[in-house]
Amino acid sequence: MDYKDYYKTLHIAKEASQEEIKRAYRKLARKYHPDINKDASAEARFKEINEAHDVLKDKEKRKDYDSFGGNWQTGQEFRPPPDWRDSFKGDGNGSRRASNPHYSEFFESLFGGNPGHFTSENFSSVGQDGGRGHDLNAKISISLEDSYHGAKRTITLNRIVNDGTGIQTLKPQSLHITIPKGIMEGQQIRLEGQGEAEFVMGPSGNLFLEIVFEPHPIFTVNKRDIFLTLAVTPWEAALGATIAVPTLGGNVDLKLPANSQTGKKLRMKGRGLSSKNQVGNQFVTLTIHAPAAHTTEQRELYERMAEIMPYNPRSGWEVEK
Amino acid sequence: MKKEYVFTLLDETITWGLTEICTRCRVDSDLVYEMINEGILDPEGSSVETWRFNAVAIKRIQVACRLKNDLRVNLPGVALALDLLEELEELRSRTTQLS
Repeated sequence: MDYKDYYKTLHIAKEASQEEIKRAYRKLARKYHPDINKDASAEARFKEINEAHDVLKDKEKRKDYDSFGGNWQTGQEFRPPPDWRDSFKGDGNGSRRASNPHYSEFFESLFGGNPGHFTSENFSSVGQDGGRGHDLNAKISISLEDSYHGAKRTITLNRIVNDGTGIQTLKPQSLHITIPKGIMEGQQIRLEGQGEAEFVMGPSGNLFLEIVFEPHPIFTVNKRDIFLTLAVTPWEAALGATIAVPTLGGNVDLKLPANSQTGKKLRMKGRGLSSKNQVGNQFVTLTIHAPAAHTTEQRELYERMAEIMPYNPRSGWEVEK
Repeated sequence: MKKEYVFTLLDETITWGLTEICTRCRVDSDLVYEMINEGILDPEGSSVETWRFNAVAIKRIQVACRLKNDLRVNLPGVALALDLLEELEELRSRTTQLS
């Protein structure tokens, strides 16, 4: 088990006052809150910050934590002393509750499971009412192809399960998810009754899965529309051409009109993320790539072009040359 | 055997009335009124009876509740944060398309 330096996590000195801890926590919580920070590592960082704060804001826990001395480094192999639970207060009763995925192994070895409410791994939870379990929110990453074609995914989540007697255990559970065709980033799928179980066998809450798109090597996306930058040669742009263009459904021939310029945008209707009721398009933006002139013959060809079709793309500027 | 779940895609084809959205999001109607007054929610319809909330409203309520609980932000602060986050998302999307 690795040691965790909670002071380092909150960027504060070991002698920090409670006010300084509070201020540091609030600042970092705002910065790394998963609804605000879209970085993939933000959620894990947010959990670390909360764990550090949960220990340091509590005078007793902080005192216990500080009793290990100040020479430990984050990541250093750590074992609490054998008499830890007898000597220190910890969670009071020394019993092992179900492991809480919101806390690290390090935290649990010192303070036990969270005596209050806790939620399943990778989830945030909202609202418990009238004897129903919490709703859970999680994100699921899919490819643009998964959205374009529709897909089936199996996800495994470590979830807290109540056995009806008040004892909570952590069990892996597989969920088979159908990704509907044309789903957009940010949309949610609600799975009824797949949220957190209620403490005394009441109905479970719901699970909300929010769609996040994995980055694509050639396409970008905005809502239902797919964007692609298409490199063409000067002669394809000038003379017009039929070009095989990649789409999420495979290559499709695109008719390039003659005398096209860089920046021209062409729409490929229905080639975006279309659902049952809504149509998405693909937009292709042209960029003309001129081949380099390496040989005498190639240079002469460019010179001949300059003679036959003199053209100044900077003609609108005050300085023309 | 694979277990089947009742799942619903919260897309643009579904809308909910005030009571339904409160049940779905497990919030009080008073909180929904406050969110409407702060401009966090903008239901279609001219009266409470005819209000219809879409899937975007569900997400905004969820995010608003998390920001409120986790960061102790009041509702005007949540409204400002949500507007700025939307703007940031739009700018990110444009930057990605340009790069």
